[in-house]
Amino acid sequence: MGGAGTFVVARWRPVQQHPVAGFLLPCQGDFMAASAQKVSRYTPGEWRNLRLGLLFVSPWVVGFVVFTIYPLLASLYYSLTRYDLLRPPVFLGIKNYTTLFFDDPHFWNVMGNTIYYVGVSVPLGVGSAFIIANMLNSRVVARTFFRGIIYIPSIVPAVASAMVWDFLMNVQWGAINGLLRFFGLPVIPFLSNPAWSKPSLILVAVWANGAAVVIFLASLQDVPRALYEAATVDGANIWHRFRNVTIPITSPIILFNLIMGLIVAFQEFTIPWLLTQGGPMNSTEFYLVHLYRNAFAYLRMGKASALAWILLFIIVVFTILVFRSSARWVYYGGDK
Amino acid sequence: MSTAASQQQVRPVPRHYGVGKRRLVDFSIEFIKYFVLIPLTFSFAFPLYWMVSSALKVDSQIFTVPPILVPIPAHPENFVNAWQILPFTRYAFNSVFLYTGPVVLFTLLSSTIVAYGFSRIRWPGRDTLFWVVVMTMMLPWAVTMVPLFITFKALGWLDTYRPLVVPALFGHPYMIFLLRQFFMTLPEELSDAARIDGASEFGILFLIILPLTKPALAVVALFRFLWAWNDYLGPLIYLRDEDRYPLALGIEILSRRANEIGNFSNGLPYLMAVSTIVALPVILTFFLAQRTFIEGISLTGVKG
Repeated sequence: MGGAGTFVVARWRPVQQHPVAGFLLPCQGDFMAASAQKVSRYTPGEWRNLRLGLLFVSPWVVGFVVFTIYPLLASLYYSLTRYDLLRPPVFLGIKNYTTLFFDDPHFWNVMGNTIYYVGVSVPLGVGSAFIIANMLNSRVVARTFFRGIIYIPSIVPAVASAMVWDFLMNVQWGAINGLLRFFGLPVIPFLSNPAWSKPSLILVAVWANGAAVVIFLASLQDVPRALYEAATVDGANIWHRFRNVTIPITSPIILFNLIMGLIVAFQEFTIPWLLTQGGPMNSTEFYLVHLYRNAFAYLRMGKASALAWILLFIIVVFTILVFRSSARWVYYGGDK
Repeated sequence: MSTAASQQQVRPVPRHYGVGKRRLVDFSIEFIKYFVLIPLTFSFAFPLYWMVSSALKVDSQIFTVPPILVPIPAHPENFVNAWQILPFTRYAFNSVFLYTGPVVLFTLLSSTIVAYGFSRIRWPGRDTLFWVVVMTMMLPWAVTMVPLFITFKALGWLDTYRPLVVPALFGHPYMIFLLRQFFMTLPEELSDAARIDGASEFGILFLIILPLTKPALAVVALFRFLWAWNDYLGPLIYLRDEDRYPLALGIEILSRRANEIGNFSNGLPYLMAVSTIVALPVILTFFLAQRTFIEGISLTGVKG
């Protein structure tokens, strides 16, 4: 205990760089101040700053404990119980998890749907956004106009987008099928056929992905001109410049978009919920749709919490995998 | 990397061969660029164009093959009629005064104060704790959804906007991040001078720092407005009484009604009309504050 305390104090002086959980430190520091003389190495000014700093960030600390830490732990506890909100939770141990994994064909269907959706929509979304951003970054007339049009779908309320796409993709009176029919082509059952439902929802997701284009465009505009000029002098053509200058320099942003895209795609809810409600034939029962249904339609809070923790685990694993791989393809400039 | 570039530059004679070929390549690239960009932009814009143009149609103009691109005659009265079919004024009031407004105000207030503590005061543990803030940005909200519902239910907060509004009093990780990055760019001397003059930290924040932070505050307000205005899942979980619904849920009721055959005519045009009205503030804000939007996304990568 005392040893740990001195360690804390010893690590404490260099303000910026201690790796331990930061928000425990001040408490232990206070304790040390009361008990040991060593701590008085801090000037009154530093104490004042500590108190003031904590005062200013205290709203976040309280919110973090109440709205993040507590729900995280509570969710872990609920995931070990059966709980329908009416009767008190019944402790089951890991039964929710084992049932999901070994005794619930629905769960694996949901998992498969979600992996399909994430696996296609994220690379497609990031890739297309990157290509569009590159096209906009070259000399383009009316760049602001193009950028605006491509960005707007990502800020339109998801409910409104869902209504339009539901209408557009309708088999009988949707505009897309109307055109196909006019040209004598077969209609596409976008939302009513299990083979089409997931690609259709991915299409909507890619359509609403304009924010990624803007992020990429901003990063592309920061690529130093001199690098391109140097490459051109060396005889690099447009592909070489793209491959050897653009991609390495913007790779941290690609990484960022990949990870944020993963986190968002794993939790896609509004569009599938409004367009297909999980159907047809459960082909769009994505993870959050399933979780929502279990929690708020069937009141299975225990099962829903187990689902949530499995999702947390999956997202953490995917994020770590992407980060790990990034060592090989992300270029961090030598001098910041 | 700059050294590598300068090493490359000493090559004395640029290669001249292949220039004509390169010009041809550049030309085709230009051509392909517009050949892709124009149809692409068109398809991005089309759904929204279709929303507005369908809002101006009547049923007989909706159910046609081929689809009618420009509705003549147009029926702008749809907007008024659709708005009155359900208590949309009520929903709009809820959206603005019970949800969006308070959330934006609370987020601005709390996130500025917290961001100040994370940037303009030096204290031990600050950067570690800030790292925790950044980590919470990546935490899936699905994990906290169920226990928060249970907690708010126990507090008797169901069917009110409190579960959606009160958390905003405790700062929003993205916004804290954004404001902190901005505060860090302001020179330390500003605060030091004020401190020597005896100003308190709150005084420095509100009288010196905030007036310099208006662009960042605009970004925070803008995106928090956007998220609350577009939020569907939150109200869906916490609100039951239709009188309390925000616009997002109102649209959903209308779509259910419109799909019940024989309920009323022009169901689809009405649905598109209300969707247009709900999307309009967002689109208008974008055109009025395009710079703020673009800067906001570029700075932090927040999504719309």
